[in-house]
Order: sequence, then structure tokens, then C-alpha cells
Amino acid sequence: MEKWSLMTIIVLLGLTVRWLVSFGSYSGAGKPPMYGDYEAQRHWQEITYNLPIKQWYFNTSDNNLQYWGLDYPPLTAYHSLLCAYVAKLINPNWIALHASRGYESQPHKLFMRATVLVADLLVYIPAVIVYCYYLKETSTKKKISSAICILLYPGLILIDYGHFQYNSVSLGFALWGVLLLSYDWDLLGSLAFCLAINYKQMELYHSLPFFCFLLGKCFQKGFTGKGLVLLIKLAFTVVASFAVCWLPFCTEVEQILQVLRRLFPIDRGLFEDKVANIWCTLSILVKIKDVLSPQIQLKLSFAITFLSLLPTCIKLTLQPSLRGFKFALASCALSFFLFSFQVHEKSILLVSLPVCLIINEVPFMSTWFLLVSTFSLLPLLLKDGLLLAYIVTTLGFITVCVTSFSMFEKTSEDDLQLKSLSLSIRGYMPSFKAFPEIIKSLFLVSVTLMGILTLMSATLNPPQRLPDIFPVSVSVVSCLHFLFFLMYFNAVILWDSRNGRSQKKTS
Amino acid sequence: MAAADGGRGGCWFPALALGVSLLKCLLIPSYHSTDFEVHRNWLAITHNLPVSQWYYEATSEWTLDYPPFFAWFEYALSHVAKYFDQEMLVIQNLNYSSPATVFFQRLSVIFTDILFVYAVHECCRCVNGKQAGKDILEKPMFVLAVLLLWNFGLLIIDHIHFQYNGFLFGLMLLSVARIFQKRHLEGAFLFAVLLHFKHIYIYVAPAYGVYLLRSYCFTANMADGSLKWSSFSFLRITLLGLIICLVSALSLGPFAVLGQLPQVISRLFPFKRGLCHAYWAPNFWALYNAVDKTLAFAGLKYKFLDPEKIPKASMTGGLVQEFQHTVLPSVTPLATLICTFISILPSVFCLWFKPQGPRGFLRCLILCSLSSFMFGWHVHEKAILLAILPLSLLSVESPKYAGIYLILTTTGHFSLFPLLFTPPEIPVKILLMLLFTVYCFSSLRALFRKAGPLLNWLETIYLIHLVPLEIFCEIVFPLTAWKLKFPFIPLLLTSVYCALGIIYAWLKLYISVLTEFYPPLKVFV
Repeated sequence: MEKWSLMTIIVLLGLTVRWLVSFGSYSGAGKPPMYGDYEAQRHWQEITYNLPIKQWYFNTSDNNLQYWGLDYPPLTAYHSLLCAYVAKLINPNWIALHASRGYESQPHKLFMRATVLVADLLVYIPAVIVYCYYLKETSTKKKISSAICILLYPGLILIDYGHFQYNSVSLGFALWGVLLLSYDWDLLGSLAFCLAINYKQMELYHSLPFFCFLLGKCFQKGFTGKGLVLLIKLAFTVVASFAVCWLPFCTEVEQILQVLRRLFPIDRGLFEDKVANIWCTLSILVKIKDVLSPQIQLKLSFAITFLSLLPTCIKLTLQPSLRGFKFALASCALSFFLFSFQVHEKSILLVSLPVCLIINEVPFMSTWFLLVSTFSLLPLLLKDGLLLAYIVTTLGFITVCVTSFSMFEKTSEDDLQLKSLSLSIRGYMPSFKAFPEIIKSLFLVSVTLMGILTLMSATLNPPQRLPDIFPVSVSVVSCLHFLFFLMYFNAVILWDSRNGRSQKKTS
Repeated sequence: MAAADGGRGGCWFPALALGVSLLKCLLIPSYHSTDFEVHRNWLAITHNLPVSQWYYEATSEWTLDYPPFFAWFEYALSHVAKYFDQEMLVIQNLNYSSPATVFFQRLSVIFTDILFVYAVHECCRCVNGKQAGKDILEKPMFVLAVLLLWNFGLLIIDHIHFQYNGFLFGLMLLSVARIFQKRHLEGAFLFAVLLHFKHIYIYVAPAYGVYLLRSYCFTANMADGSLKWSSFSFLRITLLGLIICLVSALSLGPFAVLGQLPQVISRLFPFKRGLCHAYWAPNFWALYNAVDKTLAFAGLKYKFLDPEKIPKASMTGGLVQEFQHTVLPSVTPLATLICTFISILPSVFCLWFKPQGPRGFLRCLILCSLSSFMFGWHVHEKAILLAILPLSLLSVESPKYAGIYLILTTTGHFSLFPLLFTPPEIPVKILLMLLFTVYCFSSLRALFRKAGPLLNWLETIYLIHLVPLEIFCEIVFPLTAWKLKFPFIPLLLTSVYCALGIIYAWLKLYISVLTEFYPPLKVFV
């Protein structure tokens, strides 16, 4: 069969699954007074449509910031405004100021779900298709397999179409950025990435690899000649695109400062709810939030994040390569997720995106990571009543990955990209066992553990003394996995060049 | 590498089956029609009442009108149902649909589909894999598995609209597969059982009867292929008869003993219903009605007809009712029976005088179901699956049938669209339809790459025009002023347009089967 018809089928399948997941419940459905993210997005439409732009981010009598105040960058606000215009055409009650608070109805749900689908269809899905279609040095089969796995990744589908958010827009722009950079259209790529940051500030997790990769490219071209020109052009593109996005807020300094305060709410604490990161896990043993002052928490998390990022970033700057760039995106985003300040459980999607991009290179590890990342969202999804969708999409994802990549046969050291690491370990420790066996058995243990925990959280009532036992154990287990994956990504990145050299030697 | 391919060759079928089952699970929260309540009611009836009252109970308007095996099937299900929600088993709880009830009923369809999956697996083994390509995606077996397992019609009828066609078609395909495997008695047994699950399959009974008589009971042919009377085997026909009688006795026996047979029969064959269903199935009668309506309309406009003499019944009003034609003669059940009989006759004749093995039988079976669909009394649009599913088997073996299959599936599936009309389900039906249709076209074209185009320009144009038709019916029409005055226009357009395509496919299939019967040119040239 031809490649384009296969791609069409995959896109249609992805769209069908997305739409079917959207039949389920959403966050905060029928739960006054605060509802959930669905109400937040609707409320933003109400605010942006009815209030002048100057009041969007300010607490006024018409805009109570305590009730889902706008805390995303301007592009999100513009997107809400656009949706609000459409909503106004269909039913003005959906966005009436004050009166529409907590509005819920079947037609409205349909409308909101449709806006997600449209955004996804315009930004994320084309990016995935183009990315997979033009993957370099890859067989058609692998391109098709990557496309279907990326489009059926359950985490993103469940959060966007179940829980309700527009992650596909920011992730899609970031993906366009990666795509354009890989074809050396650096200016367009950085423009796309600026759009991503201006849609959701969490995209900053990806900013360091972008920065280092582009900087490395400039260095490669020679820092005095072409490289400098490129650097200046890039700087200009970034500044210009930011300026355009923020134009309506550039009238006063106070406006910009207020938006920034809304975007980075430092006083919200080190972490919220049960996040699968290191701080939440440690706080089972030590109540960090009580022991350390907020200022020290901030500094500590910043320092550790920075340290964990450093090796990858240096390596990427010195030896910029496309492959290294993708791995660095995954590893840096994961460092941010694990160590940085004020992380949401949904931010794991920012790690999942780059991991999706390397699924054709390390299918086994990527699939494993993507499964764990979906699993880490389980407490949230249970709260939203999305258990069925979670189980079905996860099983479907496993089926697709196993059949299209024959995953279990891809666990040799070469397939895991760990050959050079294990060679160097054997240099010190000749009795070192091969990686594949260890990793395979770890995978089995991990999948069993995740399955059991899913079953227990879904069916059992927690003991009265420990009401949070299941969410906490889910996040601890996921956190341990993520630490392991962080080590793995770093190992692959740091031992990369030796591998390349040795391959060149053998060839 | 070879090992990897071998491993993959082994696991594509479970992956396809599991994939579609998961998709079905995602359909659980979607819209369900009144058929959901029908089956809930049957669960309650069979669970609470003694057998003697099953066919008399009439609390709900949805009385039990399937043969006894299906009632027993519901009885068995009801014993699982009680662990989900006791309330669904109360006869008086009309239109009861708690989340647990929905979950149970949907899951019961998904689980009984295991039989369908097994039947598809058996059918795939019967397919000729001669022109198999290297790529697994281009093997006839793989294509057939997708065409059957992921069939659009079956997905939306069973898992959105709600019915139990999956395992019933499973029985039918399994019996076809058994006949392909020369296990005739098993095939006959399965078909007899199927008939007592749902009697609509009686449409294809002539094909079974004639084939088994001609090719099983007569053990040999003359040298020129004609019938050798002396080879008739009394043992075989006794066995066949015994099987059919036993199955029938098991099913209808208890009711015969109770003296309820007339009541059961009257429930099974409700001729009180009209010629056409509320929404006209795209068959010959849809065209007949349309012509009648047009003539009546033109007659009124140009004063040929007296307005006072015209009965004021609108056919597409939504109610199943008897209907008087205005200009053309009204059609009686007997007339439809005769038409059906005449239209089936040539194919059966062909099967008797030139049996071409199981494939000839399959062709006759498809022609029987299509002909009955064309001329039957009160045909449902869903009955088109009875032709589409078996035709899938032929379509992967020869380009000729692939072309016919493409026309028939696309139009037949499109004609199912009016079944789903709730806004959230409209994207689902369009996406699934596109998914299946794109797959059909691209896979069959890849399969017969060397055979040239599968469709000619006229057929292509016809099929492409389904797109504007759908856009008109779903988007443009509701915005126009006609919506209130002529609400039936989208349905009428859909069924008339689809009727053209299905009649065309039927004629084309008939012609190709009959020309195989008389291959005149090749003999002389």
C-alpha cells in the first residue's frame, strides 16, 4: 500500500480515538464551586471576550483571579478569545460575563471538545505527519510505525480530550520547531518555538536544548563569520516574535510585570497535589515544605535542576547533532519535571513529546517511558472518571507498539544505544552482565507493578489512616522510573560520540 | 530478520482483533438506539418468566420477536446481568439504562464477538494466497481480516446503534468456512443453529439447500459436469435431514408441545408492518416509492390527479405503517415474495446446473441475500451487511469482485448513515466510514495492482458524489427553509441515491456470475 494512504488511515484512526475519548467525562464535571480545567478554559473565553485586554491579567471586580484567573501567556488568551467569538455565534449564554460561571451542557461540551479537535488538527497532527513522513534514513515501515505510535500516545489524548486542555497546541508548535530546525530552517524553527513558549510557559522546559543546539550550530559555522550572522538573525527573530505576541501588553511596564507574575506564581509552593517528581517523593520522608523556607526551596530546586541539565547542555553545545538534540530535549524536560519548582503532573507531557520523537530509534525504551508517563497521570484521570478510556487507550498503545515495532526483539545493546556505555563499563568490570537481560526483566517487573497499582487504585478503597496511599504510591513508583530514565537518557547522550567514532572505525 | 518477520506474521491477527475490540470499548458511552431497550426487555422477560410466556409477554411494546435460540441466549446473559445491576431485569423498568446496564450490555456484545473473530480467522485460512506479496499488508489474508473485523457497518450497528449481529455473522461465516473446508455437516449444523437465532438469515437458505443437495448429497458428476443421478447418497441426505430436524426440534419443540407455534410464528413474521421501514432501505422499493411520490407530486401540480382521492399518509413520517401508493399499484407481501423468488431463481439455477465448488456456493449466497434485500418485504437497511460481509471473501481473490465490492460497501455503508443522527456521533460515523473506505480502496488496489483500475469512470463519479450528498444532507439542508416543510428530503435523497448504486452492484454481480455460467466467447476463440 502506498505511504500516503497508510498515513491517511493512521490520521483517521488517531482522530477517531481522540473523538471517542472525548465522549468521556472532563475535569470538574458537575463539581461546584470550583469545577476544573474545563471550566477554566470556558472562563477564559468569558474573560477575554467581555473585558478589555488591559484587565485580562488584573484582579478587578469583573475578573476575580482567585477563580481560574488567566495564568497562561498571551497566545492562550488570544486563542480563548477566538473560541469565544465562535461560542458567541452559537450560544451567547456560554460566555456571558458572570452569568455563565459553571455553565455545563451537552452542546457546550460538544463545542469545547470540537475546539480541541480543531486546534489539534491544525497544529499537532500535521506536525507529527510531516515529521514522520520526512524522517531521515528510515524505512517506510518505520515511518508509518512511528506515526501511529505518536498519534496514539494515550497521555496526550487523555489530558486534552478527557481531562480537557490544549496541550496539543504548544506541543505542536514545539514539534514544528524541532522539525524546521532539523531541515536547517533555523529562523522559522525558532519562530515556531517562540509561539510554543508564548502559548504555554511550561515550554521553557524545552528551551535550553533549543538554545544550546542553535548556539552550537552557530559555533560550528565559525563564531566570527556566518555563525555570528546566524546568531544575530536568530536573536532578532526571537525578540520580534515575542514582541508581536506581547504587543498589546507593551503599553505599560506594569502590564508586562503583572503577566509575568501570573505566569510564574512563585508563592504557590514547591509542588502541588501528588506529582511524580523528586520533591513530592522526598516529602514522604521529610516534609520539605515545612523544614525549608520557600526562598531556600526555590534556590535549592533551581540549583539541582541546573546541575542535572549541565552535562547534556554542554555536550549539545559542543557537538550539536540532530539526534543529540532530540535526546537532550527529552532529558532536559525530564530534569525540569523531576527537580524544578511548581511542577504539575501534566507537565510530563513535555517529556513525552521528545520521547515520541525518538521512538523509531529506541522503540523499547520509548514505549516503556510513554507507558510510565501515562501511568503517572492515573490519579488525575481517576478523579476525572476516565478509567475506561485510560485502560483502553493504554492497552491499544501497547498493542500498536508491540506489533508495529516488534518491541521485544529490539532489546540488544545496539538497539538500546548503550553499546559504548556497556563497553566502557566492561573495561572496569569485566564480569558486567549484558544490559538487555537486566532491562527486559526490569520492564516486566515495572509493567506488572503498574498493572497491579492501576487495578488497586481503581477497585479498592484506601485504608482510613492512609487516604492517599494509592496516589502517593503511583507517584513514587513513577518518580523512581523517571529517575532511571533520566540516567538512561544522559548515558545515551554522553556516550554518543564514542559510539559514532567506533562505528566509523569499523566501517 | 526472517525470524522477526515470522514472529510478526504470527501476531498480526490477534493485534487486529484486539485493536478493534478496544475501539469497541471506546464506543461504550456513545448513543444507543431503542434496540438497546429491546434487548434489555428481552433479558428481563427471559429471566423472570417461564418459557411458556416468553412469546406472550407484552408489557413493553418491544415484544420478543426473534426465534427461541436467541431467547435462550438472552436467558443465559441475564444470569450474568444480575451481577451488574438487578434492576435491568425487572420487566416493568421500561427504558432503564443505568451506567451498569449500559456497560453490561455493551460488554456482552463485545465478548460475544469473539465468535466472529474466530470465524474470521477460519475464513482467512480459506483464502487463496497465490498472489501474496512480500509485505504483510498486501497479503489477501491480512486484507480480508481487516475488511471483516473492522467492517464499518458491523461496528456502528452493533456497537453504537446496538444489536448482536457480530456473533450471528460469526456463525454464518464459520459455516461458510466449514463448507469451504469440506466439512459440510458442520456447516449445515451451524447454519441451522443460526436460523434459529435470527430468522432473517432465511434469505440465504436457498443457497445452502441447493448447494448441499447438489454437491454434497450427489457424490459425483458426469464427465461434462452435469448431474449424475446414480451418485445420490441416501446416507448423506438422511444425516443432513437429521441435523436440521434435531436443531429445529430443540428450538421449536418446547413451543410445539405447549401448542404455541402459531403465536411464535406470528411474532417472528409481522406482516402488519409496511412495505418499507421508517427510513427506506436503499432497494428496488425505494425507487418505486420515489417514482410514485414524484408522479403524485407532478400529478397534483399539473392537475392530472384529484387531490381529494389521495390518501394523506406520509411514508417517511417516522412511524412504521402500512402505506398506499398514489399512482402506481400498491405492493402486497405476496407480490414482494414473488419478486424475490424470481430474482433468486437464476442464481440458484446456476448453482444447480454448474456447481463450481464452494466459491460458486458463496456467489449464490451473496446473490440470494442481495436479491432478497432488493425485493423483500419491510427490509431494514442493516440487512445489506448480509451481502457485504460474504462478498469480502470474494473481493480479495479477484479484481472483478473487488470492484463490485467497492461499490457495494461504499454505498451500502453510506446508506447506514441515517441510523446515527445525534451530533456527537456524526464525527464518529464520518471518521470510521472514511477509515474503512480509504482502507478498502487502497488495500484492494494494492492487492490487484497489475489488474488495472478496479472501477470505471462512471462508478468513480457516482461514488465521489456521495460526499456532496452527505454535505448537503448534514450541513446545508438543516440551514435551509425546507427543513420544517420537507423534513424527509435528506432521507429520501440518501436512500434513492444509494438504491441506484446497490441495484447497479447487484446487476453487475449477477451478470458476472451468469457469464461465468456461460463463458461463450472463450470456448469458441
